[in-house]
Amino acid sequence: MNALAPNPLVAPSRRRLLTTAAGFGLSLQLLAVPALAADGDLNRRKMIVVICRGGMDGLSVAPPVGDPDYPSLRGGLAIGEVALPLDATFGLHPQLSAVHALAQAGEARIVPAVATPDRARSHFEAQDVLETGAAGVYTTTSGWLNRAVETLSTHRKVDALSVGPTAPLILRGKVQTGSWSPGRAVDTEARLPLLLLDLYRNDLLLGPALARGLATETMAKDATAGLGAAPSPGAGKAGGQQGREAAHALGSALAGFMREPGGPSVAALSLDGFDSHANQAGLLNARLAYLDAVLDGVHTGLGPEWRNTVVVVATEFGRTARANGTGGTDHGTASTALILGGGLRPGGIIGDWPTLKSSALYENRDLAPTLDMRGLFKGVLAGHMGVDHMALDRVVFPNSGATKPVTGLV
Amino acid sequence: MALADQTMRAAIAATRFGLGARPGEIALTRRDPQGFLRSQIRREGADLPPGTPATSAQRLNEFRDYQRDRRAAKVEKTVDAPPQGVATMAARDPVNLAGRMLRQDLAADFSGRIALAATTDAAFRERWALFWANHFTVSASKAITATVVGPFEDEAIRPHVFGRFEDLLAAAETHPAMLTYLDQVQSIGPDSPAALFLKTGGPRGVGARPQPATQRTVGLNENLAREILELHTVGVSAGYTQADVTEFARAMTGLSIGGPRDESYGAPLFRAQAHEPGERTVMGVRYAPGGRAQASAILSDLAARPQTARFICGKIARHFVADDPPPALVGRLDAAWTSSRGDLARVAEALIAAPEAWEPKAAKFKTPYEFIVSSYRAADASPMAFDRLAPILTGLGQKPFSAPSPKGWPDDAQSWAAADAIVKRMQFAQGFSGAALRDRDPRTLAVEALGERLSAETAKAIARAESRAEGFALLLMSPEFQRR
Repeated sequence: MNALAPNPLVAPSRRRLLTTAAGFGLSLQLLAVPALAADGDLNRRKMIVVICRGGMDGLSVAPPVGDPDYPSLRGGLAIGEVALPLDATFGLHPQLSAVHALAQAGEARIVPAVATPDRARSHFEAQDVLETGAAGVYTTTSGWLNRAVETLSTHRKVDALSVGPTAPLILRGKVQTGSWSPGRAVDTEARLPLLLLDLYRNDLLLGPALARGLATETMAKDATAGLGAAPSPGAGKAGGQQGREAAHALGSALAGFMREPGGPSVAALSLDGFDSHANQAGLLNARLAYLDAVLDGVHTGLGPEWRNTVVVVATEFGRTARANGTGGTDHGTASTALILGGGLRPGGIIGDWPTLKSSALYENRDLAPTLDMRGLFKGVLAGHMGVDHMALDRVVFPNSGATKPVTGLV
Repeated sequence: MALADQTMRAAIAATRFGLGARPGEIALTRRDPQGFLRSQIRREGADLPPGTPATSAQRLNEFRDYQRDRRAAKVEKTVDAPPQGVATMAARDPVNLAGRMLRQDLAADFSGRIALAATTDAAFRERWALFWANHFTVSASKAITATVVGPFEDEAIRPHVFGRFEDLLAAAETHPAMLTYLDQVQSIGPDSPAALFLKTGGPRGVGARPQPATQRTVGLNENLAREILELHTVGVSAGYTQADVTEFARAMTGLSIGGPRDESYGAPLFRAQAHEPGERTVMGVRYAPGGRAQASAILSDLAARPQTARFICGKIARHFVADDPPPALVGRLDAAWTSSRGDLARVAEALIAAPEAWEPKAAKFKTPYEFIVSSYRAADASPMAFDRLAPILTGLGQKPFSAPSPKGWPDDAQSWAAADAIVKRMQFAQGFSGAALRDRDPRTLAVEALGERLSAETAKAIARAESRAEGFALLLMSPEFQRR
């Protein structure tokens, strides 16, 4: 956290809270009571963002089986009778059976035509905008979820965790966040970690990162207990039953961390491999089965905490409404997001359905967006996590006053 | 900027421009650090990794046989399901054997490549080659491409890294690895003779096998065309439009590889019948009809555009010097590129000559591959077997030959310095130090590995270590060894 870097030799969490508070000129006395009575409920609230990289095809995630133009646009890629039914217009991809069960219980909803403000159809530009929360590309280097945590940290203790070996942009920023990926257990009491913390005392990159990593490791044994064999690195890409089990274990492990006392209440997880230019049907069968198993692992792993949790699944852009010439689809605009959680307010789709009529397509090519992705994220941050509107408009999503939070989600 | 003295320059040459110092390397470099680097530039390109190289065509043939056997096995299975759980039978199964052979090919390619990195005396040349391999990423995340990532580097990248960018670009974009990775092989001009023939119900001439009738839409795939513009040449800010992407994709139709019915399976091939006829306009330039020559002309023009020079020189500066590189450095590289019309040897020389590249403060955080290679070099050790190495690199976030997207591996500290990643680097250092140190003194190895860059704090910590292995682990995890 740069100028506000904590001394890694001091227990990280409380020290950081106090340093952060001092940095913002807030009263330490007020913060000495971490949970105000009225915040008792807010303290349990959890939020998870799952990023599906590569441009996930919304028209396959939630196929609009009732839209008359869908079969002709998609030809052999259209998902027809096998779709798991949601309503008269939409179904879910047959691999999303856990999501479907949650939807039946009113604990999952679809956002069928959502997009970031970016229109370049570039993975990397769109992922930048999706994760920084900025209105334009490459204007900031921190992620909106990190800034949301920073904002919340002035009121209550909020820790964040990313799952995976690299740090996703969405959680990068001033607040040193944790990260975890499957691996061998670490002896956090050994000499080497302590010697390194000392060697890193003036290193603003490595010092806070190692301290934070060790803190997560002390929690890992309990958090991943009962999972059987830890998911091995790289099993994430395995297909079939093995891949599903690894995915489920990964989701359960994340849930385990979030259930730990003092564990993270905000988390991010990213999945690769959704860029379906060719062989889309087979590719999405595998990737959506994996996604479904991760979400199922999170849901079952959270147990009673599921009712305090909202999960958002989002991608950088959707794909062309028409199939391309190679059994796939090319880069498009709007896609489908998913929102799940035990405390979700039941309801239909979120945002309007623009239809697939050729006159309604964006640039006669893509599904047209009816909702700004930032409005969805803002809706969860405001309605569920208690981030104040002013901070949302100015800090978390800069210059986004015109994009209103989606209301009525929780 | 404080000009580094000669001893500091020697350390920078070996660790920032190279892949980390081996014992003796810094001493050897001290007389003339810049000359040491310049002498590694050569027209014939980068070194080829040791081992018996297979060609892409051989590998793709293996892959075809493997797929054919697998399909046959599937059919057999549905007809007469064998008893489950008989491990010995599974091991003898020709399909499993073939699958294992494909994995062994990848393992051998990667092992050869990391052995070269760990032992070469021309480590700047190797880093330069690795930069270009990452610029033109192909990834084993796609099964058919996995067999040819190694051959791609040997055939398309390494021979051209000190030649003209235009030649490197042409070699990379028309290589079977790139054509399969970014889906170009199946792209067909919607109004090409092949498409018209298929639409009227003729047999398929292009795909490897007949597909179900419902999937028989034929036409463009714009994946490669878009990524060439965005990632390989002008960059996303160059002002091209969706129409430019589509036009370029039309011009590229026909670029493919030999299929089962062709004479040489897996070899690059131009299918004139699949090429979209007509004139094309890309970024304001009109290209006459001309079959294969049309795409070549567009690639040449893209290579020559000033946006390409600017975009790639920015990437070179970012890779070698800092995540946010000094604009003056980018300007120098750009000037060398422009005046030499994309001669990459001249660009490499400009980088070596640039004062900004010799700033004593090390700003680059090593990627996992760089960290592990430099650990081998510091210990003068040979890389461990692939089966042990691969899970380590995967755990650190850099699975062998498997970049997560066509953008390649990230090249910035924020991506690699996640909390968990530092813990896992520490675990590698602990295990490796015990095994690789033998009876050597870590204080000496620290001086050999870092030279003038070794800080007083790190030297003191190593001297105070309770064992030699602990001292060596402290060296590998020290702030200055983690950076370059």
